[in-house]
Amino acid sequence: MSWEIVVGIETHAQLATRSKIFSGAATAFGAAPNTQASAVDIALPGVLPVLNGAAVECAIRFGLAVGGTINRRSVFARKNYFYPDLPKGYQISQYERPVVAGGSITLAGGDLQKVVRLTRAHLEEDAGKSLHEDFHGMTGIDLNRAGTPLLEIVSEPELRSAAEAAAYARAMHALVRWIGICDGNMQEGSFRCDANVSVRRAGDPLLGTRCEIKNLNSFRFLEQAIAYEARRQIEILEGGGRIEQETRLFDPERNETRSMRSKEEAHDYRYFPDPDLLPLVLSEAQIERIRGTLPELPEAMRARFVRDYGLSEQDARTLTADRALAEYFEAVANAAKDRKAAANWVMGEVLARLNVADATADQSKVKPPDVAALINLVADGSINLGTAKKLFDERWNAPRALDISVHDEVVVRDLGQLSDASVVARLVDEVLAANPKSVAEFRAGKDKALNALVGQVMKASRGKANPAQVNDLLRRKLQG
Amino acid sequence: MLNSTLSELAGALARRSISSVELTRLCLERIARLNGALNAFITVDAERSLREAGAADERRAAGRAGSLTGIPLAHKDIYCTRGMLTTCGSRMLANFVSPYDAHVVERFAAAGTVLLGKTNMDEFAMGSSNETSHFGPAKNPWDTARVPGGSSGGSAAAVAARLAPAATGTDTGGSIRQPAAFTGVCGLKPTYGVVSRYGLIAFASSLDQGGPIAKSAEDLALLMNVMGGHDARDSTSLERAAEDYTRELKAPLAGLRIGLPREYFGAGIAPAVLARVREAIAWFEARGARLVELELPNSRLAVPVYYVIAPAEASSNLSRFDGVRYGHRTRDYADLADMYCRTRAEGFGAEVKRRILIGTYVLSHGYYDAYYLQAQKVRRLIARDFAEAFGRCELIMGPTAPSTAFALGANRDDPVQMYLNDIFTIPAPLAGLPALSIPCGFDAAGLPVGLQLTGNHFTEARLLGAAHRYQQETDWHRRVPAATPL
Repeated sequence: MSWEIVVGIETHAQLATRSKIFSGAATAFGAAPNTQASAVDIALPGVLPVLNGAAVECAIRFGLAVGGTINRRSVFARKNYFYPDLPKGYQISQYERPVVAGGSITLAGGDLQKVVRLTRAHLEEDAGKSLHEDFHGMTGIDLNRAGTPLLEIVSEPELRSAAEAAAYARAMHALVRWIGICDGNMQEGSFRCDANVSVRRAGDPLLGTRCEIKNLNSFRFLEQAIAYEARRQIEILEGGGRIEQETRLFDPERNETRSMRSKEEAHDYRYFPDPDLLPLVLSEAQIERIRGTLPELPEAMRARFVRDYGLSEQDARTLTADRALAEYFEAVANAAKDRKAAANWVMGEVLARLNVADATADQSKVKPPDVAALINLVADGSINLGTAKKLFDERWNAPRALDISVHDEVVVRDLGQLSDASVVARLVDEVLAANPKSVAEFRAGKDKALNALVGQVMKASRGKANPAQVNDLLRRKLQG
Repeated sequence: MLNSTLSELAGALARRSISSVELTRLCLERIARLNGALNAFITVDAERSLREAGAADERRAAGRAGSLTGIPLAHKDIYCTRGMLTTCGSRMLANFVSPYDAHVVERFAAAGTVLLGKTNMDEFAMGSSNETSHFGPAKNPWDTARVPGGSSGGSAAAVAARLAPAATGTDTGGSIRQPAAFTGVCGLKPTYGVVSRYGLIAFASSLDQGGPIAKSAEDLALLMNVMGGHDARDSTSLERAAEDYTRELKAPLAGLRIGLPREYFGAGIAPAVLARVREAIAWFEARGARLVELELPNSRLAVPVYYVIAPAEASSNLSRFDGVRYGHRTRDYADLADMYCRTRAEGFGAEVKRRILIGTYVLSHGYYDAYYLQAQKVRRLIARDFAEAFGRCELIMGPTAPSTAFALGANRDDPVQMYLNDIFTIPAPLAGLPALSIPCGFDAAGLPVGLQLTGNHFTEARLLGAAHRYQQETDWHRRVPAATPL
């Protein structure tokens, strides 16, 4: 009998606020240890938390984006445990009444088309960091991160494979960046996932005992860890064993999960409402105001791209992978005469280089009007595609954005396509005369020899000839 | 001069019949002479006090003095003060110097008052006798073999012995009012949210409230004018317009309806306490107040409810004292858990540990609903009793404590008996209500008796007005302990 994998994901998205969730200290990454820790973050005696409204706004944006319920009244609770990088001895979180309840996210790509429901999303503060390496026999504590606002997003256990779980994480990652509540930087820990994994016999209505896997700081690790963990559990069950509920840690170097603490060792967090904070009460007006600032969401934009720009579902999906790219495409498409070409340029030239540079579309040195201009110049025959790509490349590699427009550059550098047929014919004749060997080869049946001749003509025209026209002319002359 | 009220002292300073430096020196001399016996102060910094007094005199000379500029006063050692020890009566913080000032400390500094020092208290404000202080108990100036009450016992003893014209305190279950009653001074616990808790070391956050301890109701009003008001750093601080707490000092008593809860006059109250309180109530009746018999049926549950909620909050609030960042850390330890255990075992006293254990227990998985949640429900019932009562009267009167000051050590081994001492002071903070205690006479042993006035939310001014009228015609509040003559 086959096994079914059941996965639920808990995501911690660091909210893109300037200051911390309960203090005025900055949240910037990478500052010297403890330089961004205020009296509140250090938990000096007598200090009190004050809720940062910007973090609440992020949570509301998220709730609206996933179609969840924004609870008009939610409650902050204390999660009590001792750890040196948890300064108060408790984390302020939300427990019984989270700010967002329910909602869903759509996974789509390849054969996958699935709506995953969310359980909840709640606001909480991050802990600091324990630094074990740099201090001989001691542990350093850096409280810069303490109090950083997090949105913990909990999915229902509806994911059925490691790949689905990874797709969920990617979609969530795209969404939080799309709506501008999280920078999504996984290296810096801005977006972290834990996975709850269990397995059961196919058709079994009951869930198996789950293990929580922590430390999954890339989509690849998430997928590997879940695949490993599911295999581990299946092996145990098939060997007649039982799964112990526990927290496990993924070791990416060995590609395995290891037990971190068992259920017996689990903390009793003694949650109770934080008496230092009033319940978070939200008004309809406040929620509606935030709704008005939400951008068009990826699902809607994808449908619109298919409808309005005639893109394939797959292309529309690629172009709505992140908001900057989608906006870039739309700017190109609206200025270009050829929308299919716009999609090809953005998915080809632009996206390839962005991926290599690990940059987002809004950081591109070649701006949408330039790409549109290149497309239009090719479309009306003013330049050939090779020239267009060369110009794009030069602009991409320029130390800074060029002041000169694409049009002007084509004129100034005399890059316009050779349209005078007699000039092209003369160049073809010259090349044929100068390359008897290639001509002979072509006539002997080596079709590839033609490419060499086309190249020679293009070179002689300084790249300005229309390659198709050259090809045509050569064939006619050689076969004629 | 030492027996003068704040408005009298303010007048003398304004007339330049005394300077702040002279007045501060008088207090410091008296502290130097009497504090050895009373142990009212944990920290005194004469140099700093005189420097602040000098600055206050300069401010007055420059014409920028406020009404309390130059008045010396003491802060309970639970308020964080920059550049001076803030111990909270605990070994845990015996060497702790706060890098910032509490809101209340800031307010008084801005008003130009002079800080005489930090007063003794029960450790982390947990106690009703001052005996849980790591620095030894403060003594009652009326009889130094007796407790001054707690937890603000040092502040009350300091004001009673005229070491300081006034002091701050905090009240969680009676920590201002009970010591005020035991030492024959006046103390007000304001409505929850009126005085910012920022910089006040938390015991039980939903109950803690700062307030003044002074010689008269009028003095309490003047101090409240400085302490009260919104502070954005405390999310539970109420956004209300600034109030003048002296505005009802002259309000007539005629027609005032005084509620007398049957539960406050029952068994277990010392006869002399009951007699003095009834005499005071009769005084009000004689001046036109109407007495209204009423019931607060759920208030009998106040003590058990309090001893679930307050320890629950305390167990969490005191988690930050872990030896990692500041405060006491044990010398030798094997690992992290050992460091925590030894640090907290050494740093906290027995009563604090008892409450942390109780609090941890009632919040634990499987017990939360039965204890913490149930206590919160009963807390609402207690508040509802008061809300109904205030439909029938403007203020409620009764004894502040069931007895006068007890002997040092009398309740040391019986925590429940100790807890029952707060039976009349605990209901008001559970309902967030303002309440004050004023002296209303003495028992046969010459120990002061306190009369408690409780009002509806935000009726501090009315409570102070009624108390002030009483003090216009009585002199209990002007009496000075024989052991500490002027």
